[in-house]
Amino acid sequence: MALLEVKDLKVSFTTNHGRLYAVDGIDVTLEAGESLAIVGESGSGKSVTSLSIMGLIENPGEVQAEHILFKGQDLASVSARKHRAILGNELSMIFQDPSSSLNPCFTIGAQIDEALKKHTDTSRKARRQRAIDLLKAVGIPDPESRLAAWPHQLSGGMNQRVMIAIAISCNPALLIADEPTTALDVTIQAQIMSLLKELGESRDMAMILITHDLGVVAETVDRVMVMYAGQVVESACKNDLLDHPQHPYTRALMESIPSGRLQGDQRLPVIPGRVPVLDMLPGGCRFHPRCKYADDKCRQQRPELVIDDNRSVRCFHPLGVIKHV
Amino acid sequence: MITHDENLMTPWQQNWQVLHSNVGAMLGLSVLLILVICAVFAPVIAPHDPAMQYSDALLVPPIWMEGGTMRFFLGTDDIGRDLASRLIYGARFSMSIGLIIVIIAMITGVLLGAMAGMRRGFVEASIMRLMDIILALPSLLLAIVIVAILGASLINAAIAVAIVLLPHFVRITRASVVAESSRDYVLAAQLDGARGPRLFAITLLPNIAAPLIVQSTLAFSSAILDIAALGFLGLGAQPPTPEWGTLLSSSREFIERAPWTVTLPGVAILITVMASNLLGDGLRDALDPRLKR
Amino acid sequence: MLLYLLRRLLLLIPTFLGVVALTFFLIRLAPGDPILVLAGERGVSPERYAELQAQFGFDQPLFMQFLHYLGQILSGDLGVSVVSRIPVLEEFMSLFPATLELSLVAITFAILIGIPAGVLAAVKRNTVLDYSVMGASLVGFSMPIFWWALLLILFFSINLGWTPVAGRLGFLFDVEPVTGFMLIDTLLADDFGAFLDALHHLILPSLVLATIPLAVIARMTRSAMLEVLRENYIVAARAKGLSPFTVIFKHALRNALIPVVTVIGLQVSILMTGAILTETIFSWPGIGKWMLESIYRRDYPVVQGGVLLIATIVIFVNAMVDLLYAVINPRIRKAG
Repeated sequence: MALLEVKDLKVSFTTNHGRLYAVDGIDVTLEAGESLAIVGESGSGKSVTSLSIMGLIENPGEVQAEHILFKGQDLASVSARKHRAILGNELSMIFQDPSSSLNPCFTIGAQIDEALKKHTDTSRKARRQRAIDLLKAVGIPDPESRLAAWPHQLSGGMNQRVMIAIAISCNPALLIADEPTTALDVTIQAQIMSLLKELGESRDMAMILITHDLGVVAETVDRVMVMYAGQVVESACKNDLLDHPQHPYTRALMESIPSGRLQGDQRLPVIPGRVPVLDMLPGGCRFHPRCKYADDKCRQQRPELVIDDNRSVRCFHPLGVIKHV
Repeated sequence: MITHDENLMTPWQQNWQVLHSNVGAMLGLSVLLILVICAVFAPVIAPHDPAMQYSDALLVPPIWMEGGTMRFFLGTDDIGRDLASRLIYGARFSMSIGLIIVIIAMITGVLLGAMAGMRRGFVEASIMRLMDIILALPSLLLAIVIVAILGASLINAAIAVAIVLLPHFVRITRASVVAESSRDYVLAAQLDGARGPRLFAITLLPNIAAPLIVQSTLAFSSAILDIAALGFLGLGAQPPTPEWGTLLSSSREFIERAPWTVTLPGVAILITVMASNLLGDGLRDALDPRLKR
Repeated sequence: MLLYLLRRLLLLIPTFLGVVALTFFLIRLAPGDPILVLAGERGVSPERYAELQAQFGFDQPLFMQFLHYLGQILSGDLGVSVVSRIPVLEEFMSLFPATLELSLVAITFAILIGIPAGVLAAVKRNTVLDYSVMGASLVGFSMPIFWWALLLILFFSINLGWTPVAGRLGFLFDVEPVTGFMLIDTLLADDFGAFLDALHHLILPSLVLATIPLAVIARMTRSAMLEVLRENYIVAARAKGLSPFTVIFKHALRNALIPVVTVIGLQVSILMTGAILTETIFSWPGIGKWMLESIYRRDYPVVQGGVLLIATIVIFVNAMVDLLYAVINPRIRKAG
């Protein structure tokens, strides 16, 4: 049985312009210990996907799905109490801006302790020790004295380590990381990513990594899913995707990663145009206005997600094997 | 060319659109307009002369109570004066006095605030200390003391209330001037040769107008309430002037026999102040830069 | 942090001096001859006039007079009431507890009802509950307080007969004033009947006085909560599996209360303004009523001394509120 099985997830918001779908029918499957990256630009629906798996979408958003199975239980229909027992415990999440995701009124130690107190049945002394162990595990030096620190006293990178410590405190089976390094310096990014990878492996913890940066994906995950305008456009295991991208969007994303191979006054390739606004989606394939291979069929008909041998792609003209330039 | 395309509207047209969609604010604005009309056209609208005493109609109840008549549909007071007419004429006093107070407080406050914000140093410190002193005293107490010194009349009460409301305008103006002064467009204007009053009036003022406008509605509410309080205490408009607060103080002894003489003037005050506050809330929402898309 | 405290306290001094200067000039601005006004005498002979002049120091240059006045104030001499012949400071101290008791009950009421109402309105945003709370709050601070008092008296005292119309205690009760707080003194005297009577007298005036602070606190709490509930750490708290109650009252409210606390502190000035009107209507023997009567009676030493004392209290409380804010806001606290 898969650890996580999401089928036909749709998240909509009712606005002045009618009902808009930020996520329009996606499936996600994850095995225990596996790691998946969900990649896409801002507005692709990737963050909304992660929040809806966690059940954190509020009014005016509405989540619909055939099922959201986590360890066999449908999170969409489980009782609120049971849901809260799972969150922070077997299923946890870390967020984009660590410094604003920690409550400024409580110390680091208090916030770690809170998670432990809610989900485990241990004494205060044991929890304190566990908090120190967790801070050590995420690479924070001098953990004993850090327990009394306030979030604003620590750097962004440190705060993210604290968030990770809180998230793994109860040994979750699945950790969702929503753009964990976007708000951090580039040098820290690499450290956090390798920390996440190492924790995932040592604790046999599955991970969903949400990011807009394909470059970050390369070292850390097993599989990659690319989203565009609320839909999955391509999904494959990492090596397959990076070596042979089939969807033009994936290819364009890869080409726009600065790689140091540009000569002289060559320009960095960018994807022309912008991610469509939800109330003004293009007809036909959602990517066609920005795709250099688009033809009339793409403009008029909507491509379905075609699944073939552990890969899937949503395109009428998937790319063949393309050599790197 | 005026269009309703969002991207082509001027900022002020956009503000109006937001305000327009705020039900409360529109309600407030309409009520205030009605009151202004009552005030301006009082002689035409009022059914009777407010000073006219009908000796055959003392303490007549309003039309919805037993004994009420259409002739005096809001009842009469203890010496036979029609309450509805007195309330309508009262609108005249309250609205105009409120407006005058706000204008005086705003002009003086903006000037002082501008001086404080632009000159800095000793001038700023002394102006702000003076404002702190005014704020250190509870508003009504200060107003009462000023009236006690100047003598009890509506004009003196207006001066007192204007002084009490002054610090808020000064503070807002100064804070805005200080915040905006370091912005590029101000530096650009200064490079062009704009100085002092010209710099303030043409460059700065339009950009700090928003919080001042919001504050003026709040000041109007306070002014109405404070004038009414002073009138009630006998320190503002003197009887037989039908200012709403003064009406309340004259009617106080009839609270048991003729409660409408006490309730109705208060309702008039309440409605006016609520309308002003609703409008102020709506303006604040419309003009708040953080809510701009 | 310490530096901040020191700086804040130092700023008090010029403001205080300014208020002293204001009251100093008060007497000279009042109609009539200041000396006669201070002494409360009329039609005096030239010899008596010269006597008084020397007594009050009016024969000296203005600046010396000011220093003399300042010296008097700092040694506790705020003059003598023309009407009662009692030293102003003494009279103030005897009447202040009544106002303090009324104000404390009022602000407690305002906080106990205002904060939960604001939280509820924020959590149930844009529902009927939210609109009702906001609507009630709007009415609350748009009302003339003296009218509201009269309405409540009309309804509860006159029509229903549930509460007394005036005063602090029925005149049949005789209670030894120990603290000046009727609620405490009646209990100390073991007179439960008197305690209930005192409570009875306290209800309506404190309700009236609480109205504006309640409205303001409810609004402030609601808007602070709305801001806080949008923050990332609230989503993160929910992601930990914490119950909605914990998220709202522990995580959100702690942060939302920071601006609300300053608002509460600033209500002191509003309470004093309200006290003047409330005490007058309910014949509550506190300093609000005392000040108003002194003005009617042209008891200028009382006006001068009373204004100074009240202003000092307000300045002091505002400074305390600033300090409290610095203490409870962890960001300022540690950064110093």
